[in-house]
Formats: sequence, structure tokens, C-alpha cells
Amino acid sequence: MANVTTQQVQTEEDRLIQEQGFDDHFHEHHHGDKYQSNFITTYIFSQDHKIIARQFLITGMFWAFIGGLMSLIFRLQLGFPDESLAWLRPLLGKWITVNDAGLGTLAPEFYYALVTMHGTILVFFVLTAGLSGTFSNLLIPLQVGARDMASPFLNMLSYWFFFFAGVVMFFSLFLSTGPFSGGWTAYPPLSALPQASSGSGAGMTLWIVSLVLFVVSVLLGGINYITTILNLRTKGMSLWRMPLTIWAFLITAVIGLLSFPVLASGFFLIMFDRSLGTSFYLSEIFIGGQALDHVGGSPILYQHLFWFLGHPEVYIIILPAMGLVSEVLSVHSRKPIFGYKAMVFSMLAIGFLSFIVWAHHMFMSGVNPFISNFFVIFTLIIAVPSAVKVFNWIATLYGGNVRFTSANLFAIGFVSMFISGGLTGIFLGNSAIDIQLHDTYFVVAHFHIVMGVAAFFGMFAGVYHWFPKMFGRFMNETMGKIHFWLTMIGAYAIFWPMHYLGMAGVPRRYYRFDVFETFRHFTEINKFITIAAMVVFAAQLLLLINFFYSIWKGKKVTTKNPWGASTLEWTTPIHAGHGNWPGKIPAVQRWPYDYGKDGKEFTPQIEPLKEGEHDGGH
Amino acid sequence: MATTATAMEHDVHDDQGNAWSGGKAPFRVSYGKLMMWYFLLSDAFTFAGFLISYGALRFSSPTWPVPDVVFSTAPFGIEGLPLIFVTFMSFLLIISSVTMVRAVQEGHRENKNGVVFWMLLTIFGGLGFLSCQAWEWNKLIGAEHMSVTTNPFGTHTVSGEYLDNKQGEPYKEGEKRETFKTGETYLMHKHHDEETGHDSWIQRRYIAEDGAMGKQEFGPKAFGALFFFITGFHGFHVLSGVVFLLIIMLNAASGVYVARKNGYEMVEKIGLYWHFVDLVWVFVFLVFYLL
Repeated sequence: MANVTTQQVQTEEDRLIQEQGFDDHFHEHHHGDKYQSNFITTYIFSQDHKIIARQFLITGMFWAFIGGLMSLIFRLQLGFPDESLAWLRPLLGKWITVNDAGLGTLAPEFYYALVTMHGTILVFFVLTAGLSGTFSNLLIPLQVGARDMASPFLNMLSYWFFFFAGVVMFFSLFLSTGPFSGGWTAYPPLSALPQASSGSGAGMTLWIVSLVLFVVSVLLGGINYITTILNLRTKGMSLWRMPLTIWAFLITAVIGLLSFPVLASGFFLIMFDRSLGTSFYLSEIFIGGQALDHVGGSPILYQHLFWFLGHPEVYIIILPAMGLVSEVLSVHSRKPIFGYKAMVFSMLAIGFLSFIVWAHHMFMSGVNPFISNFFVIFTLIIAVPSAVKVFNWIATLYGGNVRFTSANLFAIGFVSMFISGGLTGIFLGNSAIDIQLHDTYFVVAHFHIVMGVAAFFGMFAGVYHWFPKMFGRFMNETMGKIHFWLTMIGAYAIFWPMHYLGMAGVPRRYYRFDVFETFRHFTEINKFITIAAMVVFAAQLLLLINFFYSIWKGKKVTTKNPWGASTLEWTTPIHAGHGNWPGKIPAVQRWPYDYGKDGKEFTPQIEPLKEGEHDGGH
Repeated sequence: MATTATAMEHDVHDDQGNAWSGGKAPFRVSYGKLMMWYFLLSDAFTFAGFLISYGALRFSSPTWPVPDVVFSTAPFGIEGLPLIFVTFMSFLLIISSVTMVRAVQEGHRENKNGVVFWMLLTIFGGLGFLSCQAWEWNKLIGAEHMSVTTNPFGTHTVSGEYLDNKQGEPYKEGEKRETFKTGETYLMHKHHDEETGHDSWIQRRYIAEDGAMGKQEFGPKAFGALFFFITGFHGFHVLSGVVFLLIIMLNAASGVYVARKNGYEMVEKIGLYWHFVDLVWVFVFLVFYLL
């Protein structure tokens, strides 16, 4: 792969790079030996950011499959509580108990384990590592014009810590006592007392080990992303010439760097409570009528430490998606992004505010109602920068020469999802309304739409758009469009009805509802949701097939810049080797969103400004 | 790494534009130092998480041991001198920061022997601090029986006088009773029964000023747990610092930094870490020993 880059026809871009670019003498040294000398250093312990990005993506896809499958199983239980699940016995073994009549039921404790694992896997492994890990790695060096990350070695470690976090978590699925089952938030005492529930023993131990490894991975990655963006921008790439993707990754990495360590502190204290008998989170408590020797701790303390990460975490998930969507929308609408600076400032505002709203997850935990007021106000203020972004996306589309590619469809779908989910956030942000809505399906619907589905849509938009850059081939557009429409309609079919359940007070995380008089009449809705979930899951298999088929058999990319985008990654060769550019590093002359300017469809960032021409970003 | 050497060269080639216009490091700081700063920032948040937990637990507890009593001993049988020992160990750590600064300075002067000498002194400072910590822990665990689950340092919530002497036996006729005031800290001792072989705690009985009878209670559990956890976590940082200092000192001594383009930058990076560990100690010292 490394040597495909040499003999190519001299294009306009090549000429510009040659004339304006900047020679760092990169190719005079033998980096290839160090990084890509054999199969193992090229594809496994790779230090090339493009390979690491693909590793993150494919590992994330694996986890998305596992996590999605889990949701199907517990949706089956919720939609069809009286049907036999005996046919799942080959997969789940003893967690399905079959009675004499041959009726198989899902073990309630495993139901909780599935819910817990679904949340943990999707939030951390898929939407944090799989999303920001993939695209930060792929795009940061390519779009800022760097040869690689600041420290390729730490970058490699970042992936492998994530990988081993995954191995430990995967291992916990096979424990005889089951994986951790106390909810993805791991509140004590369920997480702090090994004897509290079946998953609280070995399951929780592995859960916490896995997540500590994951925190290390996020920090190694984040330190690298920030440093690369600040220090390794190419000549001319000032901050106001960075694509919004890069801004998004920068802010995401900063948020991660400041919030994940606090989660780690919280986890360390939990480890002590679990293994050394301390009482950081445990006050007077009885288990099975037996008084335990704990006194003086505070479970609320854990919730504070957890949500100090937990809330910024949702922005760690959504900001990269926002960045990807901004880029994709602009490229495929053939228009500059509307309000570039407003986009940057709203992301900065979101990043800042994300640190002072965490207790809105705890309105019903017994925090002082006066303190709740503070958190309500700042929570509602987040709606302002979010709305700015939404209006800007719509204004970008407005009057554009919109190409309805799969990538752009998903980007538009993202905007739709973000609006729908964002609006319900305004309800939940009010501590008074939260009395009714907290811990109901309204919450489930809200966060799945706004940070689950929306972030996935951003990721899909990114995958369809940058697939040609990653693999030198296109994904199949027809399959992509079917994938989009099934997912778009299906996702609303799953989560829209949940709002009604939630308003009626149906609590989340319950094993079955037909035993409650109040909730019995929701059986049909639950069936509908489950069927929709199955359809959506099936639609994702289309993506998997499309993805892996296209890697080897997809339509080949014949030009460097198939989408006509102006950013730097499309000036690299189709199969960029280590170091990204075969000769000089291109120098940047203008902002990244010159579409439709002076009658030209797009103007690459490397093209010098004409006499008297105004640079868009400044 | 080679990648970054190129980033450093940008400065040489391009003198136009401001620091943020691309093609150069905006803070005039290499990528490695920048990464160390960001790591320290994240580490600061980890410690902040712990210290905030400390505050939350301490202020939800009705009493808290008085540090002047808990930390009033030193080696060689010194007793009743509040904070004298911790002052010494803090001094040791701060001085090791000074020697670290000197090592960095010698690095800038490219004086190999100077770097090694001052780094060696820094390592001694770090080891001295760790030894002091080991002694302090040993004293608290071995002699005073404090553990992560038991805190023998209680605090009086009332004023009154004891009904038992220090061995837990009732006062003899005519013996003068010991008095105490609200807020004073006491230490519960262990009693070893030779006959049964069992250990038990001596919980002295007292009579309060309002005439109520009471028995000495254990202090808030969180004190011991937090103390061992937070000073332990800090000690672990010092220990890893010493290990890294040692490695870098050996590297410096072997001359590998002489050939490097960025010279003794590794010394500077470990210096940043070492100062950070010192700075954190200031806060740990503040919450456990002063407040």
C-alpha cells in the first residue's frame, strides 16, 4: 500500500502542493521500516493513524452488533412476555429456564444484565471509541495536514487499551453469575457490595476493570488529538481555517480529558468499597436482614462523581457527530456551512456548559431543590447553542444544490433526530416536570433519539462519506439509501411511542409490565416497538454487508476527490501511504467551505486566495 | 516521533504569520511537553475528584479527628509535637523540587554531569519522602491501629470527665480524674488479653457536664479510609516519579540526550511531573494536616 503513491498524473492539486507546499524532508527518512515493515506492524500493532481509525471502526461495529443484539433480546421479553423464548436456549443457556410445558422464560437477573451491558457497550465502546476514536484518528492528521498523530505510539496504545477493555468486558458476559446487572451507571450499593445481586460480584469486578482500561484509552487518545490539532497544523491552517470536524474533535477531546479522570476517581473509591471494606459510598445498610458493617458513606457522592463524567459524556458522543454532519451537509449541499464561527462558538459553549449541568440527572436523588434550580437554568441554556447549530444546518441546506447521497441523507436524518430528541430534553431539564418523567420511558425515548440514534446517524454519515478515503472504494448507494429509510422510519417507530409510555408513568428497566393493572393496556405498543426494533436491527445488517462487501468489491474510486470537497484529506493519493502525502505537505490558503464561490463548484483549501479575495473563515 | 521532529522544524522555515497561523507550535512548546501538560491537567482532575469526595464525606460527618493530635509523633520517641514530622517530609519534597529545577537548568546548559548530580539529589528527596510516609503509615497502622475500616481517633462532642483511667479500669479512691472539652480528639487503644489471647478496644467511660454517662466511640470511618487512600495515591505518584527519574537519570548519564535534537527535554518533562506531584502534596497536606 505504501508504494502506490509514486507515479501519478500531475493534477492541478499536485501542482499546487508542489509549488506552495512545505517540504519537511519526511520522505528522506525510512519511516516505512519502523511503521509498516510487515503484516503485524502494518495491520495489527500499527502506528499509522489511518489503520488505527479502521481498527476503532471495526471494533466499534463488532460491539454495536453485540449491544444491538442484546437490546433485541430484552425487547422480545418486553414485547412478548408470554411467548416462549426456549429457542434462545442455545445462545443464552441457563439464562433461559424452560418449564415442563416447554415455555422458556428469560431469567430476570439476566434481563437486567442485558440492559446494563447494552447501555455500557453502546455508550462507551460504540459511541465513544467507535465514533470519536474512528474519526478523530482518521481525520485529524488528514484534515490539519499532518504526517500522523503527534505520538503514533501512544495512539496505538490508545487502541489497544480499548481493545483489552473490550476483551475484559466480553469475558464478563460468560461468567456463571452473569455480567454486571445494576445499570450502566453502576450506582452503589448494587455496584459496591459484591453480595448485592448476582452480577455485583465477579461481573462488576470485570466491568470496573474494563472501564478503567477504557478511561486510559480515552485519555491517551484525547491527549494525542489535542496536541496534534494544536501543534501539527500545516502552514496556513489557522484555527479559523480548520474544518468543523476538527473543532468538534478538539472540543470533544478536551471534554474527555477533564471528565474521564473524575470518573476514574469515582471508580477507584468503588473498588475500595468492594474489596477493602471501606464505606465511601455505603452508609448503614442491611442485606437479607443482616446489618453490614458500613457507616457514614454517601451513595449520592458516587452519583455526583459519575455524572460529572456522565453528562459531558453525552457531548463527547454528540459533538463528533455534529462535526461530521456539518462537513457532510456542506459538501453535499454544495454550499458553505452557514455561520461557521457561530458553529464553533456554540460548540465551545456546549462544551463549557456540559460541565455545570450534571446534577439534572439527580433531581430525584434527594439533592437540594435549591441546587436543582441552578442546574435547571444551565441545562435550559444549552438549548440556545444547540438551536443555533440546528438553524445553521437547515440554513446550509436551504437553497443548496443538495445531493441526496447516503451520507447526506444520514446527515439530514441527524438534524431531524437532534431536533426531536432535543425538544424532549427541555421537558426533562425542568426539575418540576422531572418528578413525573424521571426514570420513565420518556427518558429512554429522549436520550435514545438525541444521543443514540442521532450519534449513530452522524457516524453513518461519516462512514458513507469517508469510506472512499478509508478503503479506496465506494459503498453501494442503493443499499445505503434502503439502510437510511428503514433506519430513519424504524427509529422513530421505536422511540416515538415510548414518549407516550413515559408520560403515562411507565418506568424504565422493568422486567415485564403486564402484571401491573395500570400498564397492562400498553401491551400492544410494546409489541409494536419490539417489531420495529427487529426491523431496524435487520436494516443494520444491510450496512454490515454493504461495508464488508465494498471493502473488497465496491466500485473503485478513480479520482482523488470523488465528492468534490475542499478539505485537505482529498488531496492525498487514493491509497495514501504512511505520511499521507507522497511529497510535500500542502499549505493551506483559505477556509474549508468555499463551495459555489465565483462560479466554481468548489475551491480546495490549498488554492491561494486571489487578489482582494476575502477568506471566509476570518 | 519522527513526525514531530518535522513539526519542530516548521519554526525554522516559516517566520511569517502569528503563532496560531499553522505550521508551528503555538505555545512554542514541543508536542511532548504539551502532552505532559495535558496529562497533568487530567491527573489534577483525578485528584480533585478525590479531594472533593474528602470534603463531601468530612462535612457530612458530625465529628472529625483533630490533625494536631493524630499527627504529633516523630521517630526517635518524639511525641506531642504537632505536625513536626510532616513538616519535615513536606520540606524534603519541596527541596526536591528545587533540585529538580537545577537539573533542568543544567540540561539547558547541556552539562551532563550537572544533570545527573541534581537528578540524583531529587531522587534522594523523593525516596526520603517515601520513607517518611512509610514510617508514618507504619506508626498509624502498627502502633495506633488505624485501618481503612477502623478509625480509633474519636472526637468529643461534649465536655466532661473520665470515669476510667487510660487502661480502661475505674479510678482508684482519691485518684484525680481526667477532664476533656468538646472538640478534643482522643485515641482509643487496643488491649491484649494474655489469658484469652483476644484483642479488644479500651473504650473509656465518661460523665458529661450535664450528667449523662457515655462511652468513647470510634471516629468517623471515612477518616482512615480517605487518609490511606489519598496519601497512598499521592505516594504512588511519588514512587512512579522516582522510577521515571531514575530511568531518565541513567539515560542522561549514558549520554543518549547529547545526540538528541531536543537535548535534555526528557528531563524537563519529568520535571513538570515532579513539580505537579509537589503541588498536589500541598493540597493533600492542606486538607489532612492543616484543616
